[in-house]
Amino acid sequence: MNLPANAPRHIDAIAIGTSAGGLEALSVLVSGLEAGFRLPLLVVQHVPPSGPTQLAEIFQRKTGLRVKEADEKEPIEGGTLYFAPPGYHLLVEQDRTLSLSQDEPVHFSRPSIDVLFESAADAWGSAVAGVLLTGANEDGAAGLEAIHLAGGLTVVQDPAEAEIDTMPRAALQRFTPDHVLPLRRIAQLLRSLE
Amino acid sequence: MAVSPVEVELKLLVEAIYHRYSYDFRDYSGASLKRRVLLSLRHIGCESVGALQRRILDDPQAFMELLQYLTIPVTEMFRDPGYYRALREHVVPVLRTYPSLKIWVAGCSTGEEVYSLAILLHEEGLLERSMLYATDINPRSLERAREGIFDMRHVRAYTLNYQQAGGTASFADYYTAAYDSVLLDRSLRSRVTFADHSLATDSVFSETHLISCRNVLIYFNKGLQNRALGLFHESLCRRGFLGLGSKETVEFSASAERFEPFVKPERIFRKL
Repeated sequence: MNLPANAPRHIDAIAIGTSAGGLEALSVLVSGLEAGFRLPLLVVQHVPPSGPTQLAEIFQRKTGLRVKEADEKEPIEGGTLYFAPPGYHLLVEQDRTLSLSQDEPVHFSRPSIDVLFESAADAWGSAVAGVLLTGANEDGAAGLEAIHLAGGLTVVQDPAEAEIDTMPRAALQRFTPDHVLPLRRIAQLLRSLE
Repeated sequence: MAVSPVEVELKLLVEAIYHRYSYDFRDYSGASLKRRVLLSLRHIGCESVGALQRRILDDPQAFMELLQYLTIPVTEMFRDPGYYRALREHVVPVLRTYPSLKIWVAGCSTGEEVYSLAILLHEEGLLERSMLYATDINPRSLERAREGIFDMRHVRAYTLNYQQAGGTASFADYYTAAYDSVLLDRSLRSRVTFADHSLATDSVFSETHLISCRNVLIYFNKGLQNRALGLFHESLCRRGFLGLGSKETVEFSASAERFEPFVKPERIFRKL
């Protein structure tokens, strides 16, 4: 059920994955999003496995969205940016609640972008948008392809612009996403999904 | 959206496991269970979840292989050192007031957490009056836990955890190194009973003073979480302690009103 790239489709959620260079890239994406944005954003940003991070606090100052670290069994709400907690995979259940796991790292990463994207593809099918940004490993490429195969919208940051292009290029080697765009254009696209 | 064929196969698989082997994964969180089943397919040599179901019905050995994927043997000694530090500083002073102690480590996996507790109790002079029950559903994990042998590669991380957890001796006092393994001091095991127990289907150990069940509930759905927390409440003595994983809580559960936070950041609760 792959749709042509520019076919209108109904999107219920946005899943974003990034690693090295991701904080700045994410800032660009979310700074233009306002409170009341219809969609939830689920984000895996690779972080060191131990110790608390202040990702939610940092990003709350950058966006009108509600920002929080994901809790397990939490219902997913629009207008909210959920970060995967350090040391846990973040997954989406069939009933559209969040769950966490401490299963083995994937691509040396926990949280892993593949784990989030694959479960998001299972839960939302064609109604999820997957966005893969700058990063220094291949996590996320297989997951984004899973979203593509489920008919979802796939967006890869233009490798020419990415601070580290390994992650975007790994995706482009696997399949052709709907969009390969610089950050500013991705930000516009996300706003248009509203 | 219609339920996909693989989701149906997964439901049938867990039903088959329950009826054939009495292991109950029916109320586990689906997304991570699915990942683990799919990971097992190649290892067990099945093309689909449906084929896996057929296979395990006929072949208990294949089921035992699958069980190694369905349970999550991700653990370490003194994992989350702050948790052990909080036990030492805030829970141990209360435990000290009891003439004898019963402690239940639910979902003990390969034993790292129960040995960590045994070391902590030893250093606080409480091990001799304690009985520790360490339970899991996976017989292979329990067997490894009983052996108390760990990979040398982990020792550095465990030593660091031990120090951060407020260990009062040297971690090296507790093991003997042999080639690429370390054998934990046998005396740590003397007060530990390892047992097969399922939070999904079995009942309780009575009159426990402390239950430690970490990163087990995250794999359960709400209903099974409520069952497990109900078991813990029933098992604990009056004002007993419950320690959970760093992202787990009794708040928002059916048992929320029956516990109070004790060391909230470390997810240690106390029975009301």
